[in-house]
Formats: sequence, C-alpha cells, structure tokens
Amino acid sequence: MAERVFVGLPKRLVKVSIDGQEMDVLEGATILDACRQLRIDTPTLCQLETLTPVNVCRVCVVEVEGSRVLVPACSRTVEAGMKIQTDSERVRHSRRLVLELLASSVDMSLCSPQVHGWMRRYGATPERFGENVATVAQPVKIDNDLYVRDYSRCILCYKCVEACGADAQNTFAIGVAGRGFDAHIATEFTAPLPESACVYCGNCIGVCPTGALMFKSEYDMRQAGTWDESQQTVTETVCPYCGVGCMLELHVQDNSIVKVTSPLDHSVTEGHLCVKGRFGFEFVQRRRG
Amino acid sequence: MDIRTTGGPPTAEEIAAVDGLLGDPASLWEGGTRRPEDDHVGFGGAAARSRRPLLLPVLHAIQDRVGWVSRGGLEYACRRLSIPPAEAYGVVSFYGRFALDERPPLVLHVCDDIACKCAGADALCEALEKTAGPAGKTWHRSPCLGLCDRAPAALVERAGAAHDERQVAPLTIDVAQDILRGSDWPQAEVPALPDRPRKLLRRIGVVDPESIDSYREHGGYAALRRAIELGPEGVIRQVTEAKLLGRGGAAFPTGRKWDSVSKAPVRPHYIVCNADESEPGTFKDRELMERDPFAVIEGMTIAAFATGCEKGYLYVRGEYPLARRRIENAIDQARARGFLDCDIEVRRGAGAYICGEETALFNSIEGKRGEPRNKPPFPVQAGLFGKPTLVNNVETLVNVLDIVVEGGAAFAATGTPDSTGTRLFCLSGHVREPGLYEVPMGTTLRALIDLAGGLRDGHSLQAVLLGGAAGSFVTERQLDVPLSFEGTRAIGATLGSGAVIVLDDSADVKQILLRIARFFRDESCGQCVPCRVGTVRQEEVLHRLLSDRNGEARDSDMSLLSDIAQAMRDASICGLGQTAANAIASGLTQLKVING
Repeated sequence: MAERVFVGLPKRLVKVSIDGQEMDVLEGATILDACRQLRIDTPTLCQLETLTPVNVCRVCVVEVEGSRVLVPACSRTVEAGMKIQTDSERVRHSRRLVLELLASSVDMSLCSPQVHGWMRRYGATPERFGENVATVAQPVKIDNDLYVRDYSRCILCYKCVEACGADAQNTFAIGVAGRGFDAHIATEFTAPLPESACVYCGNCIGVCPTGALMFKSEYDMRQAGTWDESQQTVTETVCPYCGVGCMLELHVQDNSIVKVTSPLDHSVTEGHLCVKGRFGFEFVQRRRG
Repeated sequence: MDIRTTGGPPTAEEIAAVDGLLGDPASLWEGGTRRPEDDHVGFGGAAARSRRPLLLPVLHAIQDRVGWVSRGGLEYACRRLSIPPAEAYGVVSFYGRFALDERPPLVLHVCDDIACKCAGADALCEALEKTAGPAGKTWHRSPCLGLCDRAPAALVERAGAAHDERQVAPLTIDVAQDILRGSDWPQAEVPALPDRPRKLLRRIGVVDPESIDSYREHGGYAALRRAIELGPEGVIRQVTEAKLLGRGGAAFPTGRKWDSVSKAPVRPHYIVCNADESEPGTFKDRELMERDPFAVIEGMTIAAFATGCEKGYLYVRGEYPLARRRIENAIDQARARGFLDCDIEVRRGAGAYICGEETALFNSIEGKRGEPRNKPPFPVQAGLFGKPTLVNNVETLVNVLDIVVEGGAAFAATGTPDSTGTRLFCLSGHVREPGLYEVPMGTTLRALIDLAGGLRDGHSLQAVLLGGAAGSFVTERQLDVPLSFEGTRAIGATLGSGAVIVLDDSADVKQILLRIARFFRDESCGQCVPCRVGTVRQEEVLHRLLSDRNGEARDSDMSLLSDIAQAMRDASICGLGQTAANAIASGLTQLKVING
C-alpha cells in the first residue's frame, strides 16, 4: 500500500483589497505575494524566495488601513479584509528615503538595473544629505583565491548570513557583528576567511544583491576592465561531481568560464551549490599545448 | 554544525570563569579533553543548541573575571555551548558593556547624558581627560546610568575573582581620581524620599530590602494571599477593572495583555519582567528594585499565577548592580519560603538601550543579538522562545499589589477616568530636589515641579524634557498639562517612562539636542535601514543646522530632518526608530535653538 502523505489542511482564500482592487489570496501568503499576483512592482532588497524573510531593508513597506506604522510586504501575511495601499504618499516617501539613505552610505553602483529603476521611480537623490557624510567605505577584503568581499557595497540585507546559516549551508562562518551604523558582516573577530569556518560554497555570493560578494575571477576582470556581460553566454548543465544533480549555469566569456550560478527556482539547489560545483571548473579550461 | 576554533587556547582564568558557571565539561564535544569514549559517542543536536540562552551569562562571567572577552575566551565559551564563533562574536560585539580589546581590570563609566550634563558632567569629563587621558581606556563616557537624582553619576567595574561593581553618585573629580588610583570608593548615598503621602512607594526607606520578614511585617504578601482567593480569572478581572495601563512607556492595557496570555493555547507560558530601564532620565524601576525588591517579585508571582506562566525571567539592566543583588536575594528568599508560583531567573543586560524593547529583550534572553522582531506576532502569541509571553514593566507589576488588595474599582478611583492610579515621576535636572515623586495621574506638570522645590533662585524655566530621549520637550506655557496619558497626548507629548528632566535658562539646549541625536545613533541596533542610517543622518544634519551661523541652508536642513523623521517613524521596525526623531523635532520647533 502506498505510504500516506499529509498534505496539510486545505487553505482558504482571503479577501483583501490592494490599491482599491479586491482580490482573493491564499491564506498564509504575504502581502508581497499578493502584490506580485496583481503585477504591482514592489521594490525589495533583503527579500529572496529561498530565504526566511528578515524584513530589515524596509523598502517594500506598504500602508495597511488601521496600522499606525507602515508594514513590510515581504513578511506580513494577508488577513481577511486588509486594505492595502502600495503607492500612497507615505509609502512613496519611506521607499524613497530608504533608497536615499542606503545609496548615500553604500556604493550601490553594481546593483541590478531594477534597483536603479526604483531609485528613479521614487525620485531618490542621495546627494541631498550633503558632502562628508558617514559611509561604509572600506578597502576590499581579498584573502583567498575564490572570492572577494567588498563591504563598501554592503547594504546589510542579512542574505549572506542566512545562506551561510540555517537557511542553506549551516556553516555559520559569518554573522552580523557590531551595532547601529557600525553593524557589519564578519567572521569571528573579523578573521580572514581561511581562518574561519568558511567552506567556500559561495552561496553568500549567490544571494548578494549588491556585488559586495563576488567571484575573484569576476573581480579581477572588472579591475582589468575586461568584464563584459554583453559578451557572455550562459550554458546550463548538470554538475559532474556527485549524484545530487545540481543544475549549473556556466557564465562564459571568451570561451572561458568566468562564473557559476544555479537557478533560484531549481528544485534541487534553490540556487545553492557547494565548493566543487561553484568553483571546481578549472579542469574544463585546462588547454593542451 | 561543526565548531571550528582558530583563535588559540583560552587562559586559565577564562576557563575558570566559564566552568565556574557551567561546571566542568563532560566530554571533548563540550570543550573538555579527549576521552576514549569521545571517539564513539558525540554530543550535539538540539540538546547542545538548547544551551544558547546561556551565552550572555557566560560572557558576563568572563568579563567579570578578566575584564574583557578575548578570542580564546569567546571560542571556549562557544565550544562549551555549541555556538558558532561567528555568531557569538556578533552577540558580544552588539552589547556596549562587553569589551573585545584588553583593558585594565578597573574601569570607570562616567555618564554624560542629559541630566548629568546639567550637573556638570562635561566639565568632569574634561578634567578626567587631563588627568587620566582620553576616554576609552581606564574610563569611558556612558549613556544615562539611571542615577539622575544624584547626578553626575558613574559606575565602577573591577574585574577579578572578587568582581565588584558599584554605582557612584554624585561623582567629583577627586572621587574619580581616587577610584582610578584604586583606593576604596565611597558607597553611593541613598537619599531619603521626601516626606509626603505615598502609595506605591510607601515601603521605600521603611522596609529592610534584604529581609522577607521585614517585607511581610509591612504588608508584604497580603496581595498574593488575596490573589489566590480571587483565582486567576478574578485577578485578571480586577486588573482589567482597574484600567491599569503599562508603565514602561507604551501604556498598553495590562488587563487585556494578561487576558490574552492566560487564554493562549500554546504552552508553556513565560513571564518576563522588563527591568531594563534605560530611558535617559529614568530611575523609578531601579528605586523600586533596590529598595522594595520583594514587591516586584510578589507582583510577578501574582501575574504568573493569573496567566498560568511556567517560567519567569527578570531582565535587569547591566548598569544596576545593587538592584540585581537585591532582586536575586529576594527571589532566593521567596523561593526558600515557597512563595514563588513559578521559578524566576534573573538575567543581566550588557549595555544596550534597545533591549528594553520587549522583542529585543527576548532575543537577548535567548542569547542572541538584541535586535527587535517584527510584530505581529505579538509577545502574547509568540514571544520568548516563540511561546506566549507576558511582559510587564517593574512599576506596572508593583501596581498590581494594590489592585488585588483594594480591588480594581477602588484603584481606579485615583487619577483620571482614563489614566488610573498614581504614577512615578523621575525628576532630574535643574530642580531643587531631584528624586522620585509619586503623584496621582492627572497632576499638572507645574504642581510636580513645585513638589520638587521648583527652580533655583534667579533662574527661569527653559523647557522640560518629558519622557526621556524618546519623549518630547514641553515649554513654560504648557506647564499646566495634566500628567495623564490622554492629557499629554493632547499636547503632542508623552508620559513615556516617567522621566521629567527640567532645564532652566542655564542649560545649553543645543548640546542637549546633539546628545540626544548621538544617543540614538549609538543605540540603534542597526537592523533596519531607516533607523541605522536615519539616526546617523539626523545627527549629521542637526550638527550642520546648529552650527550654521547665518542660516543659509536652514530651510533645506529642516525639511531634510523632517523627511528623515517621517521615514524613521513610518518604516522602522521598532519603537526606537519610530521615536528617535521626536525629541529633536519638538526641540527645534518649540525652543529657540536655531540662529537667524
């Protein structure tokens, strides 16, 4: 006889209204899920489908009727009768300020075009805080051959910590240290990575939204001015090392692999790999002669 | 997870400190030496991870013994408790009182916050700089130490096997130098409370705070007896009828909170007494704990009984060593007599204002960084360790005693219809007799200041900072505001924690505004963007605005400040960020601080 599988209680539909539009959402869904169902473009920085929401960046905030403060769309679940505004004056103001505060203190130049689009949409002008304002600018950390850490690009979204920790890798090599504006991502006593618990899975790079964590190969090419995404192709394959069946995306430029990723929605990896799949591609490009 | 330690071995002192708290390690897996059976039997999983809440007590043990937390010491703690070193480093670096660099065993923390500023703390710090070198080695500048009635205040820490920690107030330069030279320091004088009718404070100065028998002679434990007669539901009914509102600052109806916890289906229920009183200018909970500690424990016991709590925690501010000792003694005595409904464990803060926020406090008890959680879920549904949790402030719990004895309706007869009972106010700054005052809710601010002897001769009032750094400024023409929740709300102010810092015309309000801005910058936990960067930008713009001689950029800076304020208020995770702009905004609009 087939084994019984508990599929959970049937979920009900919950009625909510978003920007005046009535809709039904599956109970347990977040406001962000509902917004995406309606194709309302909601900015997010610290949110990722594969990670537990930490709701720290506050760029996804929306206005919920009856709530004194704005609520984070990424983590707040829908409740029956919720009336949500995603483009009110208050929402636009907070989203603009969050983007401005971040961009005035962090180098966000390597963020995705989508992020730059949100900056334009909300009219973010980070320069208005004036010159000589505090930033997180600091030298790049290069302490191993596989990846670099440029924390002057870090917006402290906690994603790398989650990927290194209980959400994926369970290695716990990095954490958030310090407090307030001095809060930063660090190993214990900011030891170099080779002295830490790091296993070089590179899953922190996989989730970093700002380019603070980067393949050494990509970093070197960017420094040399040879990094050119328009010249890159992506080849999908399956990792040859073990039997798990992780899907790899090989980013190739000039017939060389320059970076390896895995799709977020892949049922096996959810975007995460191990050190071999992520970095063990040198043998492919060993050329004879 | 595997724990990798690369920082070198711990010192014998560090091992002694940690093992003194945890006992000797049972196996290699818990930081001990390798035994033959360790090759075959491991220790880990949930059992090992469940030790996480011991992290802060262990860190305190190391710091108390050695004076700072070295990498070897921290990693030994990690091995004993099965905590990844990177996570533990995140925790130890979060709390202001833990030192990660070697420092002398004797350290002096000098308060330079608002009330102490009014009492000459800046001059004191300057003199110390000349004689003892810059702050950061043997002496440190500190935010409010909760001794504002005896300002300027300091806290001395002496690490070692005979660790000692004492409050010193008032501090003079001579006393400071004596302390730094290592000579014995004087005990802080305990001021007598003014001779006037008191209810909540009636036992203070009368009862022996170290004896349960003395407490019982003065009416102690009558309330618990009555509570048992009433039964849990009866107690909650009385507290609800009393219309008691929380005294920690948020003024949430206590009865409603108790009702929710008692009905929460998930078990166990926890009770947490929030004694992490860190709002600048506030010292009421310290006074209650130092001088009537059994009342706090009795109040907690009644609350635990009424809401069916299985375990209690009292989280006391790290800067209150005497209060901690007295509370621990009170719990021990009550336990010995069988007067506890559930056991109560004392937890000690480590220098983080944010841990007064209830969900940050849970994280701190759980051995994590004191970062607030997003609400909902609320503590009554999912609080400490994810279980239904009742969190009450010290003063709130002490109020419960009278409610239970005299009945909710009788309690509600004092005060105003919406703000019942009496309220403790902490008067500091430029009043003749700073101290703790108990008045019925609805008493005017003017009457309260008069009770404290009014201002010094020849000085006029500039402003009153009501509610501490998270509160707002009130001016001369608002002095007739009734001190009730609704009365202060009507003028856009707040009672907050009961801090009343009086500033006469000699106060440098610009410096006070800058101090408040620095306070929030220092105390922001750094989790959410609006507060982490907003508090920094707020301080920068305020500096610019207040030093702008000809007022060129005044309008743009003012609008910048109000833009930052609105985003912090609307989009921050917790109350710290949401109120971090209040005092500054009210100071800029109410007081004449801007040039031009």
